[in-house]
Amino acid sequence: MQTSHRTLLAKLLALAVAMFLFAVFVLPPLYDLFCEITGIGGRTDGKYEAVEVRVDTSRQVEVQFVAANNAEMPWEFYPMEYSVVVHPGESRAVNFFAHNTTGENMVAQAIPNVLPNNAADYFHKTACFCFDNQPLAAGEQAELGLVFILDPDLPDSVNTVTLSYTLFDITDRTALSISQIQ
Amino acid sequence: MLKRAQALFLRSLGAVLALVYVGGANSESAASQLNMPQGVTEVSQAAYDIHMIMMWICTVIGIAVFGFMFYVMYAHRKSRGAVAENFHENVLVELLWTIVPAIILIVMAIPATSALLKVYDTENADIDIKVTGYQWKWQYEYLGEDVKFMSELRTPQDEIYGREPKGEHYLREVTEPLVLPAGKKVRFLITGNDVIHSWWVPDFGVKRDAVPGLFTSAWAKTDKPGTYVGECTELCGSGHAFMPVVVEVKEQAEYDQWLADKKAAAAEYASTIGKQWTFDELMVKGEEVYNRSCAGCHAVNGEGIPGVFPALKNSVIALGPVVEHLRVVVDGIPGTAMQSFADQLSEVDIAAVIHYERNAWGNDVGDITQPIDVLNYKQAK
Amino acid sequence: MAHGPATLADGWVKYISRWVFTTNHKDIGTLYLWFSFAMFILGGSFAMIIRAELFQPGMQLIKPEFFNQMTTMHGLVMVFGAIMPAFVGLANWLIPMMIGAPDMALPRMNNLSFWILPFAFAILVATLFMEGGGPNFGWTFYAPLSTTYAPDTVNYFIFGVHIMGASSIMGSINIIATVMNMRAPGMTYMKMPMFVWTWLITAFLLVAVMPVLAGAVTMMLTDINFGTSFFDAAGGGDPVLFQHIFWFFGHPEVYIIILPAFGVVSQIIPTFSRKPLFGYSSMVYATASIAFMSFIVWAHHMFTVGMPIAGELYFMYATMLIAVPTGVKVFNWITTMYKGSLTFETPMLFSIAFVILFTFGGFTGLMLSIAAADIQYHDTYFVVAHFHYVMVAGAVFSGTAAVYYWLPKWCGKMYDETMGKVQFWIAFIGFNITFMPQHFLGLAGMPRRYADYGLQFADWNMVSSIGAFMYGAAQILFLFNVVRTITHGKPVDKPEVWEGAEGLEWTVPTPAPYHTFEKPPQVK
Repeated sequence: MQTSHRTLLAKLLALAVAMFLFAVFVLPPLYDLFCEITGIGGRTDGKYEAVEVRVDTSRQVEVQFVAANNAEMPWEFYPMEYSVVVHPGESRAVNFFAHNTTGENMVAQAIPNVLPNNAADYFHKTACFCFDNQPLAAGEQAELGLVFILDPDLPDSVNTVTLSYTLFDITDRTALSISQIQ
Repeated sequence: MLKRAQALFLRSLGAVLALVYVGGANSESAASQLNMPQGVTEVSQAAYDIHMIMMWICTVIGIAVFGFMFYVMYAHRKSRGAVAENFHENVLVELLWTIVPAIILIVMAIPATSALLKVYDTENADIDIKVTGYQWKWQYEYLGEDVKFMSELRTPQDEIYGREPKGEHYLREVTEPLVLPAGKKVRFLITGNDVIHSWWVPDFGVKRDAVPGLFTSAWAKTDKPGTYVGECTELCGSGHAFMPVVVEVKEQAEYDQWLADKKAAAAEYASTIGKQWTFDELMVKGEEVYNRSCAGCHAVNGEGIPGVFPALKNSVIALGPVVEHLRVVVDGIPGTAMQSFADQLSEVDIAAVIHYERNAWGNDVGDITQPIDVLNYKQAK
Repeated sequence: MAHGPATLADGWVKYISRWVFTTNHKDIGTLYLWFSFAMFILGGSFAMIIRAELFQPGMQLIKPEFFNQMTTMHGLVMVFGAIMPAFVGLANWLIPMMIGAPDMALPRMNNLSFWILPFAFAILVATLFMEGGGPNFGWTFYAPLSTTYAPDTVNYFIFGVHIMGASSIMGSINIIATVMNMRAPGMTYMKMPMFVWTWLITAFLLVAVMPVLAGAVTMMLTDINFGTSFFDAAGGGDPVLFQHIFWFFGHPEVYIIILPAFGVVSQIIPTFSRKPLFGYSSMVYATASIAFMSFIVWAHHMFTVGMPIAGELYFMYATMLIAVPTGVKVFNWITTMYKGSLTFETPMLFSIAFVILFTFGGFTGLMLSIAAADIQYHDTYFVVAHFHYVMVAGAVFSGTAAVYYWLPKWCGKMYDETMGKVQFWIAFIGFNITFMPQHFLGLAGMPRRYADYGLQFADWNMVSSIGAFMYGAAQILFLFNVVRTITHGKPVDKPEVWEGAEGLEWTVPTPAPYHTFEKPPQVK
């Protein structure tokens, strides 16, 4: 094989390998980052540390809560109040009700979404059950808490913010063993 | 002159299309066979308008380009004695046909953008409805009203498999349509339960993917009461073609009445759950539920699809202890296509279908499963 | 070497070993072409099953579960088994002859890249007979239908895709190395035939995106078997991410399919116009810019997934822009014909049909780029019609044209012109009867991948099925014509075969000897 072929072959193979690594190791985190910045998929940021309190009492925003169960998730799961009206900047606590109706100990994870997309960046959670997975023993009930603040910089066009949670059964994939729940 | 020629052309094209339509006519209106529906909402109208603008621009460009091409094919053929010239570039012409289409595109982008802005205007809705895609049905939940129900295909398997003549509304009928009030802005919060579905109502111009773990929104507002039929448009498994969307838009007063009835029925249902059903009543009810919700995988004859979906006929579960049977139907089997039916079927439906599975196709357990048993099972856990 | 390739006269063992161990670009080209035709017939028979089931409303012949396997396998086999290998076969046969090279740059790898393909498809097709059935999640295999909810055979599918990907990457590397390193003296880049140019660009696209596809299926594999959650929201992943990655591969992929077809047509139209290709350099730039833009428009396949409006607007504008370089190409072809001296042999007929029907598909593509209207078109038969206009009337018509055009050079025999023209007209009419009504079906509201449909769609579906059977029959005639040419065709011995043909491949004797350009020609 000629040397010129060999160097070209090496370069092209390197390109192929690089593209593979790009797809597996760069694209997913890049996508996550992109989602967080732009609010694609209505993802919310992680835990928020309130820095200053500036409540905009001139403005009222309705916040709605929606719950959904993914397939194979038999728990009862719903918000204890469907909607609240808050001023931006004001901290508010709400609860979701969860009931493990099965005879097994289970672990759940709630995945949040905010609509409209452009509100996602302004929805801050100072405490949320979605930060951790939620173990419930067989038949156990719980009130799951959420504390949030709407950022006063929330775009003026937004009058209603909808926060939804989808509850997934992660019993099989969690490292938390069933014995720890009991 | 040009205007008149254009009008003449439009009219003759319309005549041609009408002829084509007569050739392919069935029972629907002319437009619905050949073109996008204008629909009944602002969004569907905007989609229709931009569609027609694009179609006409493409038609005009197409006629010009192909017209020139056919002229060349006629005039410059060797058999007519044409001798080839040898030119092979012309910078001016090449620049022109790069720049002119670019300008046309920029002009087209303006109405295209304003149409899209309408699609995204989901603020200030009067009613919020959660739409959830399941394999293979839709669940509608009226948020804040405590009303939710499943909407699934009502066309019997016998019609699908040609054992009975097909009805007028073949594959366009559901057990319970989504009901909306006319003149109110409705926001749909769309999500998926298992795989990705897509909720489409052409007359509303609403098509949104129902992705598990993700909520997206769309909206509709129409003043025209009526029945609007849509489809699932994202491949979601073997029942993909069998989960239509049917929406009934009612006048406000009728809608209020419907909603009140719906709530009353739910309350009544809760109070009559303790009723004792007879063996035969449950068999009839069970067969109906089974054919609607289970036969898609386990087949009408209970033999399943070998290698894909297990048979229930002579199966360990159907002939074994009832509590195991309840567990499978109510909780599902994780990691398989057998999902939990706890939210999808009522206690009566679950009891009936379990009863049916234990006593049909030669299965003869002979026991009776009552709705209260299902409720007790759910609560005992 | 001296006495040429083994023939049947040397005995079966030698004859078969010749094909198995061959490193000759012409042999490998032939293997690719026959393999792709076999896959074309296989994928076509899947299409016939689909159209037969859709002939009438109701389920008559197959179950919905099997229907989904058919649509999936039809797409996979046609894209990866028929169209792509067909153009690789043409590249193998033609690129060395067009640039004055004795063979491909990496002949042993060339052998390997072909011979792993049959195994990939054997694995894929075998899943149809396994418990659980073949892949049933569409050729786009969106998660979680293709992960959590997939049949167990999905692992074979993933393995098959990996092999196909490896084959494509090796084939492309070979083409790039050949074009960049083995051009005859004087054959500068801007003197290369358009077919070589389009393939060079295509090969770069392939090397860039096939690994992305491999990455996507690898992530599926680990999600299914090793508990990762790239595409599972429960573990912090996202099913929509799959679609982004898939289409990051998938959109360049559709240009991978169409660019070599552009190249073929750019060779044939000048020949039968007896006039050089108009705007050669703008053709090259247009091809390159189409290739570049294919990387930045992928999410126009996802307008209904609920992206933020800024994303939708960007992808809409970027997609609309692709119409500009594509338009340049169409105008160039037509101007090549302008003031030429036209004759209409079968390859020319297929090429002209290509220009017309591909442009038509381009128009519907432009309509699809408008996000607000796409919400109505998305995942309906309108889309099915659109991509069959660009893939069948685009890639397959140009592939057919290429076979008729170069067949005399390959085997030294002339095909039957009348039979060729008859095949053209059956294919052309059958194709339009099949796919034109699908535009109407889509606009009227019929979603794609539907095993059954409401009564309002019955008429056009029946028309479409009749057209499909007609189009299918045309392919049998095609096979017959090609085989008959090889066995009974009228011998041709002029090197240039066609009156207006230009290019190095027409300077070698007809039929092309087993080894050509062992001494590089001097290109002026």
